[in-house]
Amino acid sequence: MTTTVERPVDTDPAPRRRTGAGAGTGALNLLNGGFLLFWGLLTVLPLLWAVVSSFKTNTEFLSDPWGLPAVARFENFARAWTVANIGQYFVNSVIVVAISVPLTMLFGAMAAYVLSRYTFPGNRAIYFLFVGGMIFPVFLALVPLFFVVRNLGTIPVIGEFLGLNSLISLALVYVAFSMPFTVFFLTAFFRTQPTSIAEAAIVDGCSHFGLFFRVMLPMAKPGLISIGLFNVLGHWNQYVLPVVLMNEPDKKVLAQGLASLAISQGYRGDWTALFAGLVIALLPVLIVYILFQKQVQAGLTAGVLK
Amino acid sequence: MARKQTVRGRVSKPGPALQHGKYLFIVAFLLLPVGIYGLFVVSPYVQAIFISMTDWTGLTASQKWVGFDNYVKLFADEQFLVALKNNAILLVVVPAVTVLLGLFFASMLNVGRRGKSGVEGVRGSSVYKIVYFFPQVLSVAIVGVLFKYVFAPTEAGGILNGFLRAIGLDSIALPWLGDPNFAFWCVVLVMIWSFVGFYVVLFSAAMQSIPKDIYEAALLDGANRFTTFRHVTLPLVWDTVQVGWVYLAIQAMDAFAFVHIMLGISGGPSRAGDVLGVALYRSAFNDYRFGYASALGVVLLVLTLIVAVLFLRVARRERVELS
Repeated sequence: MTTTVERPVDTDPAPRRRTGAGAGTGALNLLNGGFLLFWGLLTVLPLLWAVVSSFKTNTEFLSDPWGLPAVARFENFARAWTVANIGQYFVNSVIVVAISVPLTMLFGAMAAYVLSRYTFPGNRAIYFLFVGGMIFPVFLALVPLFFVVRNLGTIPVIGEFLGLNSLISLALVYVAFSMPFTVFFLTAFFRTQPTSIAEAAIVDGCSHFGLFFRVMLPMAKPGLISIGLFNVLGHWNQYVLPVVLMNEPDKKVLAQGLASLAISQGYRGDWTALFAGLVIALLPVLIVYILFQKQVQAGLTAGVLK
Repeated sequence: MARKQTVRGRVSKPGPALQHGKYLFIVAFLLLPVGIYGLFVVSPYVQAIFISMTDWTGLTASQKWVGFDNYVKLFADEQFLVALKNNAILLVVVPAVTVLLGLFFASMLNVGRRGKSGVEGVRGSSVYKIVYFFPQVLSVAIVGVLFKYVFAPTEAGGILNGFLRAIGLDSIALPWLGDPNFAFWCVVLVMIWSFVGFYVVLFSAAMQSIPKDIYEAALLDGANRFTTFRHVTLPLVWDTVQVGWVYLAIQAMDAFAFVHIMLGISGGPSRAGDVLGVALYRSAFNDYRFGYASALGVVLLVLTLIVAVLFLRVARRERVELS
């Protein structure tokens, strides 16, 4: 997506000198570099401060906010994981995302495929029902959603697994709220796929189901990866839905648990455990991002550009 | 070839073999996605509009129909007006500053350097693009918690005040989030901090697709940096800026997590940093005024729709085609 900006070194600079590149150019280039560096530091320093603080003692944290810790206190992480319950929150987040993302991808791809490839009465209506959800603020749905989920918990047999404070119902709610964008993105993607292969598969006696699972889904892999990364980050970082639907202390997800810890920790004064928790929460995401930065950037920006 | 053209976007007529079982397939594939979406998204939205016309407190099974009473109460409620004003500030300030900074950094990263070989990006621009994007991948909750401590008083480990004291500016080491005059603006700054990187990357992608020879021509004509930006770069990335602007405006309307974490459920000192999302959450899950909260939600929806339509109308300009 990004092309390299570097050009081969010019062996004979003289003829390429431009009118615009005058005396002030060097100074301006330097100034530009300065602004860029400034914003870079502004981005990195708070994160670095969090990482360094997570290895300090609480005394060091207060008395010397800028210094390095005398000894790296790994026990902060142990305290965060067990005492501050970050371990439980982490596991909860993993469970929810492990359920919600594959389901979002499957349901999103199924709906998008049918909507993009088959004509039937009501096709447009269903498409706009999905896509319209992109503009609706989630807040409008919060109050009734709380009661819908609570009532699910009262249904016999399956109610045991659903309802408030159930990781499964939280995952299903994530799936539902991810449908608009996932369907929108994948519909556009399936439309660009050539029809000739589908036709060939049909001639070979492939069923509708076989065509989808064996031909179309593998072909849509690049689109599925982009939207998949988008959903992984979105679900992992979700805040308002768990705040409304999960209020039992052991059922909180990471982002939410960390925020409530930040509020209570203000009174208890164990800042470094809180920062260790913060680092536990931000490092996996940053590592995934750095490893897949091209795909993540493409996946997230595609959301706006499509 | 002609057939390909018609097939795009439209659906090809399947052969007779495929007609058989087509509807069964469509229903099978749509049932679960539409079902789950209808249950958790569509039905709550429809119910919310109904609930907003009742006085429901959640304690009673029955709810009394009160028509537009909640809406009347809403606009008489001073706290709602504070939240509405703050949302208006967010709507204007956050997109404006973010887009400006985004364009500024993106143009430097991609076409900011003028050297012997014409116009190019600065050195290390790919590293900057990775680093600037960091906040985008972090949870808003993490960002909120982090900055709650950045802005905290020194005795609670606040690093900003620690820094100000260290360079001798004790007088402006204020209790940022505890001061009704500054609390909300701290949130605004943090939102901008976390949004800019994404727009740098977004605008960079658009700028990368501008052919370099246009810049060479501008350079030969003696155009300075600002003129080049104003007359070459900006028109060619305008489409992206426009879409980014709408997206940002919608993003900025939802300051819930930032305010909830940094300032608390009451919206900070004297409730001065309240926003609609937090006011709604508080009315519903703290005060159990579900009807009132839903009316707030409807207002938020109407505002979002107006913003989306308005921005798209106003921002629309002639599209510049690169042939």
